[in-house]
Amino acid sequence: MPRYGMVIDTKKCVGCQDCVVACKTENNIPEGYNRDWIVTEVKGKFPTVQMEIRTERCNHCSNTPCVSCCPTGASHIHEFGGIVLVDHEMCIGCKACVEACPYDARYIHPDGYADKCTFCIHRVEKGQNPACVEVCPTHCMYFGDLDDPNSEVSKLLQSRKWHVNLPDAGTEPNIFYLI
Amino acid sequence: MNSISRRRFLKISGATIATAAILTGAGKTFVKGAEKINREKVKGIQKIPTYCDLCFWKCGAIAYLKDGELWKVEGNPLDPLSKGRLCPRGTGGVGAYYDEDRLKTPLIRKNLRGEEKWVEVTWDEAFEFIADKMNKIKNQYGPESVALFSHGIGGNFIKHLLRAYGSPNETAPSFAQCRGPREVGFELTFGDVVGSPERTDIENTKCLVLIGSHLGENMHNTQVQEFSHAIQKGASIIVVDPRFSVAAGKAKYYLPIKPGTDLALLLAWMGVIVREKLYDADYISKYGYGFDKFAAEVSQYTPEWAYIETGIEPEIIVETAREMARYKPATLVHPGRHATWYGDDTQRSRAIALLNALLGSWGRKGGFYVPYSYSIPKYPYPPYPELKREPVDNPEGKFPFATGEQISTGIREATITGKPYPIKGWFIYGTNLMQALPNRDETIKAIQNLDLMVVVDVVPSEIAGWADVVLPESVYLERYDDLNTSPFREGFVGIRQPVIDEPNNQKPNWWIAKKLAEKLGLENYFPWKDAEEYLDTRLKLAGISLDELKKTGIIKAPEKPIYFEDGAEAEFATPSGKIEFYSDQLAQAGFDPIPRYTKHEQPPEGYFRLLYGRSPVHTFSKTQSNPLLRDMMSENELWINSDIAAKLGIRNGQKVKLKNQDGVISDPIKVKATERIRKDCVYMVHGFGQKSRQLRSTYKKGASDAELITKYNTDPLMGGTAMNVNFVTIESEV
Repeated sequence: MPRYGMVIDTKKCVGCQDCVVACKTENNIPEGYNRDWIVTEVKGKFPTVQMEIRTERCNHCSNTPCVSCCPTGASHIHEFGGIVLVDHEMCIGCKACVEACPYDARYIHPDGYADKCTFCIHRVEKGQNPACVEVCPTHCMYFGDLDDPNSEVSKLLQSRKWHVNLPDAGTEPNIFYLI
Repeated sequence: MNSISRRRFLKISGATIATAAILTGAGKTFVKGAEKINREKVKGIQKIPTYCDLCFWKCGAIAYLKDGELWKVEGNPLDPLSKGRLCPRGTGGVGAYYDEDRLKTPLIRKNLRGEEKWVEVTWDEAFEFIADKMNKIKNQYGPESVALFSHGIGGNFIKHLLRAYGSPNETAPSFAQCRGPREVGFELTFGDVVGSPERTDIENTKCLVLIGSHLGENMHNTQVQEFSHAIQKGASIIVVDPRFSVAAGKAKYYLPIKPGTDLALLLAWMGVIVREKLYDADYISKYGYGFDKFAAEVSQYTPEWAYIETGIEPEIIVETAREMARYKPATLVHPGRHATWYGDDTQRSRAIALLNALLGSWGRKGGFYVPYSYSIPKYPYPPYPELKREPVDNPEGKFPFATGEQISTGIREATITGKPYPIKGWFIYGTNLMQALPNRDETIKAIQNLDLMVVVDVVPSEIAGWADVVLPESVYLERYDDLNTSPFREGFVGIRQPVIDEPNNQKPNWWIAKKLAEKLGLENYFPWKDAEEYLDTRLKLAGISLDELKKTGIIKAPEKPIYFEDGAEAEFATPSGKIEFYSDQLAQAGFDPIPRYTKHEQPPEGYFRLLYGRSPVHTFSKTQSNPLLRDMMSENELWINSDIAAKLGIRNGQKVKLKNQDGVISDPIKVKATERIRKDCVYMVHGFGQKSRQLRSTYKKGASDAELITKYNTDPLMGGTAMNVNFVTIESEV
């Protein structure tokens, strides 16, 4: 089984939020909520400034505090590619996972369940990319199997410098940022 | 079944199954668009190609219906502009359909102009009202006394109507309030405009120079896609901007220029290139005119001189000039788009053109390509009535180089003064003049002189609030429009076709124009039955099948070379037939034949220069109420240097008001204290602080730069209104 992950080229990302809008229409996310978002990190003093722009979402971690804290088993790692999902029927909306996620990737949907990025599993199962990857006008996002050394994501991680978010949290995130 | 819940499974995957069903056997990508769809019977996914209308770029798109309901919009992979990927506004296009504040039915004003009190009327009543007033104006003042302000391709049928009526006065703020100086500056130099989409070969450039052009925030889809490719390929990027823009974050060189001094930098760069003989000598000897006089003049400008003006260190000026020369002719000094900054904007744009000419980039790969269009004949209409009077926008050619397009503010001026002849009617299509034109008081003053003001729009924009009659237009997903044959690196024709019915009493502009023409006795100018017949006629003349175009959305023209080196013709429609390093026509008209630097006023102590720009999720002031896009950005922020904020005692997120040099006070705006801007200016995204009470979701959200732009400098060459000349103080008591 593959281990799905994302590689995001921060050199190319312009932070336009197209990924956010595409996620919202693809997945019918209600107004005021979103499963992905943009972070702009600025360092230095004008005019010597460094800036990194990142599109962020659930990291689909290999070590998942959101799953281990879930009292009902709604939060789980799916066998299909290791994608972290929430079974909305089983979810009681207790917010334990919302608190546990160090990336603040989850929210309680107005219908009462915890919601977050699914890597667009409904698309991935059909061999398509997640909606955010597919829409990105800068082509800064790559999706694929991290366990396949010949996949584009693996090759990018071999050839470029990268970082993950909150590496010290011990979550083993599966989203990587090229720098 | 996997462990996504059954409820979600049905929600997201039900569609998938139906898609497979509907497409089985056919293997076709698209269903035929614009058929009347019985929604009850249509299950699964339908994909209908069209082109986007969220901005003027007109990207090819595919709209998705799920079980007959509008679901999402994606890029059309066949489209050379979008290459299958829309920008966030295009992706949010469905929000235009769902916008709860949309205009729903025609309205006639009840009380005073601007009070936004209306009577709902039928289309016929609205047309009767308009036709009656138009006939009166025609009888009393002549048909020239009705002017049209129109932005976007949607205005084409209304333009046709007013030409048939007999008016020569037709304008868009996109000229004198935006890209006009750039077009004139390039035309004076190369004999041709940059155009839209810009003919910039960002994709292949090896060195990209952006002067105040904030690609990535300014989300012109193709340009941003190409910008990203250029980054990936390791192009050298030089960004000149008082603000550390998104593009600056990608740059090898960031030059934090003092606002108002760009021309000094351009002249100094050209000085270095000329003195060090780094220019493309073969190109210049082949295509150039007046180079010796030009070289003698610009070689006087030194980096040390420019440093005093711009604040950019001399070494950096030299280094960046050499960097540009190193990659010539694949160096692109981007001409920008919104160029109305300080009042000498045509000359600054001409300096950009000249720098490109030195580098030999015009017509060359990695510089400016030679665009071409799919040539599709116009509809064979009867000739328009002979015009008895010239347009009013530029009396006696006061602005001698305002060629090709009219000056919106000139029409406004004529409406106020009644000279050279009175303007008594305004038709306004798709442009919110309250935000687009500088000095709102002048606009309101002009409006008070009108006998008729008609606004055609999809939302109750601020300008609609001032109208006598408001006509609710269908959004682009509900209508046909004219064909898109924009000149580009590949010629193509794109169709806009209805995907879904209007939810209320909205109508497409072709229908509005045709019906009003009938009331005015001008029906012979609208001989077609409907838009489909109009499009079919035009397409047949070019040997294209309407049915085919409706299926694919895009048909490409036969390929042509787009670079001089590949055989594209090197034609220069200037008086000399060459690239004019020295312009005799400018000299004859009393202007500098080679651009010269003008010192612009700098803000007095305690004041900041007000700068404005774009957000990737909004277009002008048109999209703020779109529920998807307002969810991305519902108000703007005031960018202010962190040190200055600390000195003034204002915090991030705090609301402040701005007061300009004329005492105008803005609505409250949130502070963004940042290291990404100089200390002598503040910045906000344009289009917010809207005052239309009918746009409930955007009413007074954020502040309006336009409201604070009471002062403007007029470009003496072409009448452009420069708007980066307003100074503000910050009032922390809100």
